[in-house]
Amino acid sequence: MYEHDVIVVGAGGAGLRAAIAAQEEGADVAIVSKLHPVRSHTGAAEGGINAALREGDSWQDHAYDTMKGSDYLGDAPAIETLAQDSPEEVIQLEHWGMAFSREEDGRVSQRPFGGLSFPRTTYAGAETGHQLLHTMYEQLVKRGIEVYDEWYVLDLAVSDEDAPEDRSCHGVVGYDIQSGNIEGFRARDGVILATGGPGQVYDHTTNAVSNTGDGVAMAYRAGVPMEDMEFIQFHPTTLPSTGVLISEGVRGEGGILYNGEGERFMFEYGYASNDGELASRDVVARAELSEVNAGRGIEDEYVHLDMRHLGEERIIDRLENILHLAEDFEGVDALEEPMPVKPGQHYAMGGIETDENGETCVAGLYAAGECACASVHGSNRLGGNALPELIVFGARAGSHAAGRDLGEAEIPTGKRGEWEAGDVETPVEPGAVEPEVEADTSGDAVADGGSGLDPDGFVERAAERATERVEALLANEDGRNHAEIRADVQQSMTENVNVFREKAGLEQALRDIRAAREAYRDVGVADQSRTFNTDLLQTIETRNIIDLAEAITLGALVRKEFRGAHWRKEHQERDDENWLKHTLLSWNDGSPELWFKPVLLEGEDKRYEPKIRSY
Amino acid sequence: MSTQVPDQTDDESSASEAETAPAAQQRRMEKKRQRAAEAEETRQTEEAEAALAETETYHLKVFRYDPEIEGKKEPRFDDFHVPYHKGMTVLDALMYARDTYDSSLTFRHSCRQAICGSDAMFVNGRQRLCCKTQLSDLEEPVRIEPLPHQEVVKDLVVDMEHFYDQMEAVEPYFQTNDLPEGELEEQRQSRENREKVKMSTRCIWCGACMSSCNIAAGDNQYLGPAAINKAYRFTMDEREGEDMKQHRLEILEQEHGVWRCQTQFSCTNVCPKDIPLTEHIQELKREAVKSNLKFW
Repeated sequence: MYEHDVIVVGAGGAGLRAAIAAQEEGADVAIVSKLHPVRSHTGAAEGGINAALREGDSWQDHAYDTMKGSDYLGDAPAIETLAQDSPEEVIQLEHWGMAFSREEDGRVSQRPFGGLSFPRTTYAGAETGHQLLHTMYEQLVKRGIEVYDEWYVLDLAVSDEDAPEDRSCHGVVGYDIQSGNIEGFRARDGVILATGGPGQVYDHTTNAVSNTGDGVAMAYRAGVPMEDMEFIQFHPTTLPSTGVLISEGVRGEGGILYNGEGERFMFEYGYASNDGELASRDVVARAELSEVNAGRGIEDEYVHLDMRHLGEERIIDRLENILHLAEDFEGVDALEEPMPVKPGQHYAMGGIETDENGETCVAGLYAAGECACASVHGSNRLGGNALPELIVFGARAGSHAAGRDLGEAEIPTGKRGEWEAGDVETPVEPGAVEPEVEADTSGDAVADGGSGLDPDGFVERAAERATERVEALLANEDGRNHAEIRADVQQSMTENVNVFREKAGLEQALRDIRAAREAYRDVGVADQSRTFNTDLLQTIETRNIIDLAEAITLGALVRKEFRGAHWRKEHQERDDENWLKHTLLSWNDGSPELWFKPVLLEGEDKRYEPKIRSY
Repeated sequence: MSTQVPDQTDDESSASEAETAPAAQQRRMEKKRQRAAEAEETRQTEEAEAALAETETYHLKVFRYDPEIEGKKEPRFDDFHVPYHKGMTVLDALMYARDTYDSSLTFRHSCRQAICGSDAMFVNGRQRLCCKTQLSDLEEPVRIEPLPHQEVVKDLVVDMEHFYDQMEAVEPYFQTNDLPEGELEEQRQSRENREKVKMSTRCIWCGACMSSCNIAAGDNQYLGPAAINKAYRFTMDEREGEDMKQHRLEILEQEHGVWRCQTQFSCTNVCPKDIPLTEHIQELKREAVKSNLKFW
């Protein structure tokens, strides 16, 4: 068994920042990640980092824009923390040498982004995430922080009290991809999940193949609720053939969207009469699909994003990476012709429920970054707000886990605060399929009641169960291939739980997910090797994808209103009377339980009154 | 993968809306339906043709090796015939082969967009990033092997440890003793200086350059192009200051440093991010000479 004070799972922006913060607080910290840190998907972020750095801007304005962007479903304490801490964190990155784009006077550049009242998006060309990820990994090397890279975390070691709020996390179980060995990792002070988003739930996504929502699924099965999973961001500008992202920076710099008739539809059809292309992402994505559905798309699939008028010099200076992406992945020379773009899955606003210190309702278990939901983004994330979330909440989770007093959190987690039960009619029963091959081993923390184990005992038990699970999968050599099951779920999600959602489609998705669960009972791993067995890993990831797909769909079905990224055909209005609340889903030992908690609109010195959201 | 066949129910609901819409809208809807029908027809014809014609598949010859599986302990090449679609990359083809024919086919990949640096391989005799290599640019059969000069772990996966060790041997992190006063004060950097280091910061650690380098193949301790480029990124960054530059040049001038490079340009030729690696190494040699002269 390995042992450290703090264990961070995942080595993207949030994980690296958490590890650095924990070490600065004096903790012996280690990162366990299925990828080498520089392979993490933070590297694919393009646009920038919102931070109120300049005169004329303020954290209050940043907070207001974020709350409005969230369509009043963000929690004020989390949003204000983001806006307050972001400037300091960005300057910290600069002091670590990050290669930001610069103004004539040598200061870091900022540009306009969608939904912002001030050009506060700090950037490094159109490769901000790459620069951020590498800068932070450099700091990791400098500090000698231990990384177990290409170790896949199979499960959490969580105690087994009845109520999740009484449980505690003592470590994780790691699988060494290179050798196939399984080891327990004991965390004396805390485990921080920083495992990124669930993009692979969909088949048209900007996300990496590795973004399978592992941390969210693990925490869920250990009893931590998933929050606001129905809110999925579809980015308005992805390349049609691959889902590769074209940064919002293109529109920030002045890029224009045209429909098939050459009309600047954002203005001409009144989708966003003031801000046009720079409206919030949910607004632009819906506008594009509305154009396509009205027969004004190009090849009935996409619209055009034109940046030619910006001129070669400005494009090369600020958006050069976009030229490479358009050329390599769509065969388009963006200096000579407009780029085809359509909405694609990009980001999950929801995730593991945490407070503004990154802590979950299970003691010693933290989450930060896209896998977490504090909630900063509510029902829609603004462009440029993901990277500050990584560094702000990564740092907070890291230092809090290592023992720093950040003050009592205002956001209650689990059923500690006010909550109400929820209910939704489903065409098929959600949750575990009985008898489930993995029911004993997949992290059902309460499987055998009060066990009286000590912390090491919980880690050992989790390792034993994970070993059994791996052996069972390998033993079923001729079982179903995970790839088919995964593809079925991805296709159903893209078809039924997309930008435009209706009841019948959501119900169909639940039926498809149920079918995937049934099929998964007989899943097996054909590759019998212990060496670098990606067949095994993908089989385990597929289970996580199924759990997350179900949570997204259940949330979408229960929320009977139109808010932010969540559009319902049958419910065309935002309904503050009934729906100013977060959706929570608890695994509840395989019988998922839906419940709600109120949104916190009370800020430090003001209340954010929900207003009509127009751009 | 992403091209969605027009959805039947979608069309119907749009059609009923169209009845009350103006005439122009109706014409567009009519055109849309027509296009959808045509597209479907084309798709069916294409599929039928693909089924008939051998030419619509690509022939891959893929290196296989597993240290513990009978029949794979001796390296071999497996043949896969993958149906081709426009825009298909080598990575797409490998994923198709794995998901459809042999789930034990093993390779690293993640982002699919040339930023994570996981999938550099030896394709038709050259180091390439599979995700940004179009099948249509390659001669058949497409021969896919792991990166040369690195130990093979399994199939197309190589051991990257030595590469990482070299990257970390050049103090690959920003160092300065001169941070501005004031909590929110940034260091200034001129646009010219940022431009100077820009290309060097694009490295994605894919290892293609190191694998292509004859010198690195013969001298295991040679820092190699990627690590020297990493050092270049800091040496040339004006924010670090002159003392640090001197310190960095000393690291680079060691026995297995910049002077080993024989300017064969193989690293530059294979770099998927177009970093002028050889030029950077040459520039560091010049800087080293200059600074040595200064101290005489």
